[in-house]
Amino acid sequence: MNKEKANRRLLTRLSVFAVLMFGFGFALVPFYEKICEVTGINNLIKPAAAIENTQIDRSRTITLEFDANSHGLDWEFKPVLNSVRVHPGEMIHVEYDVRNNGDKAIVGQAIPSYGPKLAAQYVKKMECFCFKQQPLQAGEGKRMPVQFVIDSTLPADVNTITLSYTFFEVKGAALPKGDGQG
Amino acid sequence: MEAAHAPAHGHAHDDHGHKPSGIMRWVKSTNHKDIGTMYLWFSFTMFLVGGVMALIIRSELFQPGLQIVQPDFFNSMTTYHGLIMVFGAIMPAFVGFANWLIPMQIGAPDMAFPRMNNLSFWLLPPAAMLLIAAQFMPGGGAGVGWTMYAPLSTQAGPAMDLTIFAVHILGISSIMGSINIITTILNMRAPGLTLMKLPLFCWTWLITAYLLVAVMPVLAGAVTMTLTDRHFGTHFFNAAGGGDPVLYQHIFWFFGHPEVYIIAIPAFGVVSQVIPAFSRKPLFGYASMVYATASIAILSFMVWAHHMYTSGMPVEAQLYFMYATTLIAVPTGVKVFNWVATMWKGSLTFETPMLFALGFLFLFTLGGFTGLVLSITPVDVQLHDTYYVVAHFHYVMVAGALFSAFAGIYFWLPKWTGRMYDETLGQWHFWLSLIFFNVTFFVQHFLGLAGMPRRIPDYALQFTEFNMISSIGAFGFGLSQLLFLYIVIKCIRSGEKAPDKPWDGADSLEWTHLPTPAPWHSFETPPVIK
Repeated sequence: MNKEKANRRLLTRLSVFAVLMFGFGFALVPFYEKICEVTGINNLIKPAAAIENTQIDRSRTITLEFDANSHGLDWEFKPVLNSVRVHPGEMIHVEYDVRNNGDKAIVGQAIPSYGPKLAAQYVKKMECFCFKQQPLQAGEGKRMPVQFVIDSTLPADVNTITLSYTFFEVKGAALPKGDGQG
Repeated sequence: MEAAHAPAHGHAHDDHGHKPSGIMRWVKSTNHKDIGTMYLWFSFTMFLVGGVMALIIRSELFQPGLQIVQPDFFNSMTTYHGLIMVFGAIMPAFVGFANWLIPMQIGAPDMAFPRMNNLSFWLLPPAAMLLIAAQFMPGGGAGVGWTMYAPLSTQAGPAMDLTIFAVHILGISSIMGSINIITTILNMRAPGLTLMKLPLFCWTWLITAYLLVAVMPVLAGAVTMTLTDRHFGTHFFNAAGGGDPVLYQHIFWFFGHPEVYIIAIPAFGVVSQVIPAFSRKPLFGYASMVYATASIAILSFMVWAHHMYTSGMPVEAQLYFMYATTLIAVPTGVKVFNWVATMWKGSLTFETPMLFALGFLFLFTLGGFTGLVLSITPVDVQLHDTYYVVAHFHYVMVAGALFSAFAGIYFWLPKWTGRMYDETLGQWHFWLSLIFFNVTFFVQHFLGLAGMPRRIPDYALQFTEFNMISSIGAFGFGLSQLLFLYIVIKCIRSGEKAPDKPWDGADSLEWTHLPTPAPWHSFETPPVIK
């Protein structure tokens, strides 16, 4: 019957449409990443673009506090200095210590967060251990650098910035060769 | 239930094909009316299950402090109350209406794919069982909220996997049901019944079905990503692996906002049938009603991030989503205007279906207004995740969708069962529901404005009185629904015989061309529409 054929054709078309929409859900993932990249949202673990203003503003002093956490990992992770006082525009170099106290090699990824939140866009990181994943053998320790500039356009009412890192485990990440149980 | 379908003797065309008897009639049924009945009973059962969960929530919130349940269990209740009411009660109720009515309203013998119809119904009970079984998994139900946000959902216990699987099954069921509805409406109409002559209920379902086919797969994708993040080492929502939990919110609400209209639009359809029937006038502005519904559906794809104003979007994006959202008030306003204009100078009577339709009109508009308040970004930032939001969406879901479903049930019950419901009890049901609904939810606006957060089992002392009022209202509302069950059973068993067309102003094919009760097989030869 003609009608049956027409029904079947519509069934096929709509099913294909549903499957495409399932794919569309996944297509939103790279699309979202692209949007974030273009608009500069969420580039927490990427180096800052070239610093435009390198003028050091000696009239202002900002207190930088450092914090370190590990999420669900048996890692000891702490800043070498708990706080420093700096001027905007000044190149700052600080270090963090991390040690894997567990009995397994693990790949970790540090994610920074800032207090207040709006400080994120004024802390321009040039070098950071958070730019790449950090594999640690069981018992292995490391000292890791962070290098950044605080943009001198930082709003005047911000006097203290807290920079906090949290290490997460990257499940399923390949460990460097020669690892294994330590 | 058998009584509902006792063969109506004396009508020529209901004797072809013997109805199989016993349980297998229902298990193997491909009849759109049987399947519609099963959808409606399933939906009512889930409504009671979700309702009990709501009452557990309201019992705990009767007083500050923890009295009855532990926080984990409370979280699980808020989660599954939402999931079960949305996917188990409201959506299946309107699919039940669609099954019963669309073939009769377009003069078709059945749905386009009767066997697929059977399968889409029978996927629902296993999904419901998974949602209920999730409560008994180690660690209890997943307390992640019905939105299942990452990273909570990627860290939740094994109940989450059951929930994800249930959502997959519900999604497949909805997609199959929608394909069936679209094909039926587009291909199976009686000769002469052009699209612009369709009853509005069919129009709203055509648009809803397209929305479902478009967004249910996206939700399936989102929960699939959650599943692979949980078990297969992917990092869609895991910041440590380069993913982003906010991504989940975007994908979820890309589904979630159209979902709101998937629930509301068929409700608009029911009300657009009921109000003209009791005003004894044709619907005012039929064409504008169709276009308004279609515009709401299209706009629903462009506003999803208004659920996420506090997630740290750039201000330009917030402005765009705010303007786009307020724009939806325009087609919605057209609809409300048309319903009111339909009643203007009509010969109104106020039987139970009309009362529920008017309750819908009044309270849904109120819920729409609070929605408009929430669409304004700076206000939303203040009210986000407070009881104001809870009050808002219960006004549109309960007083909107549920009241409209009640209106529809009372309206079509005579056609379905051949018997009239008890008008006095029906009006009692309406007034009890209306009053207790407002006692429950109106005060929640004040709680929200005063800053009481949602989804928390305890609260600050100053919120006590309003919470007590709300809990009392909730129990009243819940108990009133048992009266509804009694009315429906009484109607099926011993209601008075209904005439073919009990409502003066009803004018769609099921009233004008079919006897009451509607025979098991109808329109084997399509009617000709002039």
